[in-house]
Amino acid sequence: MSDNLGYLFAAYTAVWLGIFLYVRRLARRGRELEDEIRDLRRRIES
Amino acid sequence: MRVLDALLPWAALVVMLLAQWLIFVVVPTEAQMGIVQRIFYFHVPAAWATFLCFFVVAGASAVYLWKGSRAADRLALASAEVGVLFCTLVLVTGPIWARPIWGVWWTWDPRLTMTVILWAIYAGYLMLRAFGGADEAVARYAAVLGIVGVLDIPVIRVSVRLLHGIHPAVLTTKEGGSGLTDPMMRTTLYVASLAMLLLAAWLVALRVRTARLEAEVVGLRRELDHV
Repeated sequence: MSDNLGYLFAAYTAVWLGIFLYVRRLARRGRELEDEIRDLRRRIES
Repeated sequence: MRVLDALLPWAALVVMLLAQWLIFVVVPTEAQMGIVQRIFYFHVPAAWATFLCFFVVAGASAVYLWKGSRAADRLALASAEVGVLFCTLVLVTGPIWARPIWGVWWTWDPRLTMTVILWAIYAGYLMLRAFGGADEAVARYAAVLGIVGVLDIPVIRVSVRLLHGIHPAVLTTKEGGSGLTDPMMRTTLYVASLAMLLLAAWLVALRVRTARLEAEVVGLRRELDHV
């Protein structure tokens, strides 16, 4: 049973790592887009 | 809608914490497979989240083709991306369970094969959206692919029985079932599934917001070109 604990750990890690990386990517992309929108608005107004 | 957006991550977090407590503290260890059977509580909910996302892709794509709604198109794109994420998790956790139970990482069982095909269809959808440009025709082709692709899901569902695959049918008491006969195992599976569906819904909402920002950037760039 203790041998199989490694498989459980691997599956659990894969799930949470995948979700974490995706959320981080979305958050970063969202910040970049908000910065770009601010910049474009400034350029249009000036 | 904003209230829902604010509540969704907290609801997902609370139900997910409850699911983790059930999976690692409460639920009994399955007699034949041992502790590795607990992978079911991530693998199966991830599969259900995948199916839900791809059904949303098909529904939203149909609305886009019918009414030309850009909001529906953004929902389809967001659901496809989250669906591919969860489908990838299914295809990663499945072999990790299979290695100690079947003795191999992978076998070309009908359900496994159809799941790979499902992943490839929607990965193709995302590639079409990423590299096809912002052309309206690309969005329409992708919508058709999003609708046709969902036809693979019923095949995956029935493949265990009709195509005599070796993949276990998790929620069955018939011969060849997974052994989820304990009520607490079933309760844990349902709670874990609810947690995963809430998580998927939150991720889709986040991705829709990003798609909205991307559309705003495109609009502002056009406006700047005309100034």
